[in-house]
Amino acid sequence: MTVRTAELLTAIICALCSIGLMLKANELNIGWIDGRGPGSGAWPFWLSAGMLFASLLTMFRWFIGATPESRSTELFITRDRLMIVSISAGSILFLLVATHLVGIYVALVLFLLFYLRFVGRHTWLLTTILMIGIPVFVFCLFEWALKIPLPKSFTEPMFYPIYDLMYS
Amino acid sequence: MESILTLLSAGILEALEPLNFGMILLGCTIGLLVGAMPGLGSVNGVAILLPITFLVPPTAAIIFLAAIYYGAMYGGAISSITLGIPGASTAVATVFDGRPLAQAGKADKALTAAAIASFIGGTISIVLFTLFAPPLAAFALKFGPPEEFALMVLAFATFIGLGGDDIPKTIFSILIGLVLATVGLDIISGQPRLIFGDISGFLHGVNFLVLAIGIYGIGEMLWTLETTKGEVTVHKVKMSIKAMIDNFRDVKSYIGTTTLGSTIGYFVGTLPAAGATPASLMSYGLAKTFSKDPESFGKGNISGVAAPEAANNAASTGSMLPMITLGIPGSPTTAILLGGMIIWGLRPGPLLFTEHPDFVWGLIGSLYIANFVAVVINIAFIPIFVRVLTLPFTILAPTIYILCIVGGYAPTQTMHDVWLMFLFGVVGYLLRKLNYPVAPAVLAIVLGPLAERSLRQSLLASQGDMFTFVERPISGVCIFLALVLVSYPLIKNFRARRSAKAASQS
Repeated sequence: MTVRTAELLTAIICALCSIGLMLKANELNIGWIDGRGPGSGAWPFWLSAGMLFASLLTMFRWFIGATPESRSTELFITRDRLMIVSISAGSILFLLVATHLVGIYVALVLFLLFYLRFVGRHTWLLTTILMIGIPVFVFCLFEWALKIPLPKSFTEPMFYPIYDLMYS
Repeated sequence: MESILTLLSAGILEALEPLNFGMILLGCTIGLLVGAMPGLGSVNGVAILLPITFLVPPTAAIIFLAAIYYGAMYGGAISSITLGIPGASTAVATVFDGRPLAQAGKADKALTAAAIASFIGGTISIVLFTLFAPPLAAFALKFGPPEEFALMVLAFATFIGLGGDDIPKTIFSILIGLVLATVGLDIISGQPRLIFGDISGFLHGVNFLVLAIGIYGIGEMLWTLETTKGEVTVHKVKMSIKAMIDNFRDVKSYIGTTTLGSTIGYFVGTLPAAGATPASLMSYGLAKTFSKDPESFGKGNISGVAAPEAANNAASTGSMLPMITLGIPGSPTTAILLGGMIIWGLRPGPLLFTEHPDFVWGLIGSLYIANFVAVVINIAFIPIFVRVLTLPFTILAPTIYILCIVGGYAPTQTMHDVWLMFLFGVVGYLLRKLNYPVAPAVLAIVLGPLAERSLRQSLLASQGDMFTFVERPISGVCIFLALVLVSYPLIKNFRARRSAKAASQS
C-alpha cells in the first residue's frame, strides 16, 4: 500500500466514523429544548459534522494533490519496519490479555522475559534482575505508596501475606 | 504595600518552620517524581495523597499539596524531554522542542532550560500573585460562560493559525478530541451519551490521560521504533560542570520569551476555564511568533522548551488565585485542594484573607520557598534523569510500556481504559504517519467538558442567540483574535501563491 492510497483510505474511514458519530449523537436530542437550551446530542452532533467536513476537505485535497501525502507513491510501511512495530504492538496486546488471564504481575514477568531476552537478547542475569525488579518497583509504587490495587486475577491470594505486612 | 510585605514576611517565616519546611522538601520531591512519570501528574499526586495530609495541621497540609503541585510542574518537563512523553497534559508543549533537543543529544541543555524557565515563571507569578491579587480577582470575576468559551475558541485557533500543520487535519484532530470528551454522562442533563456498543466502561467517559498516554506513550514508542528501526538506542548525552555553566549562560537567549510566557501563563492560569495546558501552548505559540527564527521551532529550539515551562509554572500559581480569593478552582488540581480546605473546616472565599491570614500567607510564603527548593532538587537530579536515556532501547521501551499501562490504569482503575489507551496508541501512530497532528486532540479532550458547558450555558442565557459571543466585549475580542489567527495561514498561502505567480511571469 502506498502513502497515497493510505491517505485516501484514512480520509474515507475518518469520514465514515464521523457519519457514525453523527448517527450516534442523533439518538439523543440534537435540537433546542425550550427552557433547557441545546439538547445533549447537539454539541457532539455538530462536532462530528465538522469532522465529516474536515475529512471531505482532505479527500478533496487528495484529488487535487494539495498535500505531500497525496502525491507520494512510497510504501506506507516497509516489511522490516512493519515487523518491528508489530512485535512491540503484539507484545503489549499479549501483556493486556495476560493481565486478564493471570493478573498483572505474572503478565509483567512474562512480558519482560519475552522483550528483554528474546527481542533485546540481554543476558540471563540482567533479564532476571529486571524481570523481578520492575514488578517489585511497580508494586511498591502503586500498591504500597499510592494505594492503587492493580488487577491480579486468580493470583490475588498469593498477595495476602504481603497485604498483612503492609497493613498490619 | 507595607502591610503586604509584613504579612508576606510572616508567611515566609511560617513556611520555614521545621514541619512546614519538611513538608515542602517532601512535597517537591514527590511532586518531581510523580510529575516525571508518564500518566501521573500533579492532579493524581494531590488526589491520592490528600487523605494522608490529615495527619498534619491544615497549613502544613496545604503547603505539602501545593509543593507537590509545584514539583510536578517541574517534573512534567523531565519526561517530556527525556522520554518524549508528557508527564502531564501541562507539559504537552514541552515535548514539541524538548524531544528534538534530546534526540540531538542536548537533553541536559533542555532540562536545565526547563528548570530555570520554571523558576523564572514561578518567581514572576508568585510576585504577581502577592501584589495584584485583589484587582485581578475582580477582573476574572467578570468572565461569564461566553468569555470562557471564546477563550477556548481562541486556544484552538492558535493550533490552526500557528500550528503549521495541514489545516483540515488539524481541525479533524481538534474535533475528534472534543467529541471524545463528550462520551459518558452528559454534565447538564445526566443522559448517557455515545456509549459505543453499550459498553459500561464508556459511562465514566474517556479520561484525557487515556488518550494522552495512548498517543504520547504507546504511539510515540511505536513511532520511535519504526523511524529508528530499534537500532538507535542512546542519545549521546554529555554532562560536565563546564557544560552546566554553559547551559546557565543560555538564559540570555530565552529570558525575553520566559518573561512574556510567565506573565501570560499567570493571567491565563487565573481564569477558571483555562489553565496551565492552554497557557503553555499559548506561550509556545507566542515564542514562535516573536522569534527571529520561527522555522527552528519543533526542531529543537531552546526557547520552545523554556516558554511553555515558564507558563505552566506561572499558571499553576495563577490557578491558586481564584481558589484562594473567590473559592473557584482554577484547575483540576486546585479543585482537589479546594475540597481539602472544606474538609479542614476552612471556608474558601474572600473572607479567608481576614479570617485565616496565617493559612493564606503561610501558603503564599511556602510558594516562594517551594519554588526555590524545586529548582535546586531538579537541577541536582538532572544527571540521574538524563541517565534514563542511556539505557538500551530494548530495556527502555518495555519499561515505558509498563509505566503507560499501569499509569493508564491508575486514574480510573478499569482495564477498559487500558484497552482504549492501546487502541488510541495504535490509531494515533497510524494517523501520525499521515501527518495528522495529535496534540490538538489531546488539548481538546482536556478542554472539551469545559467548552461544552460554557457554550450551553451561554446559549441558554442568550436564548440560542449565537451573537452573544460577539456582542460581549471580552469574548468579542477573543473571537476576533481567533478569526485573525484562523485566517492568517490562508492569507499567507494566498500571498505566497501570488508572489510565486508573479515570479514565474517575470
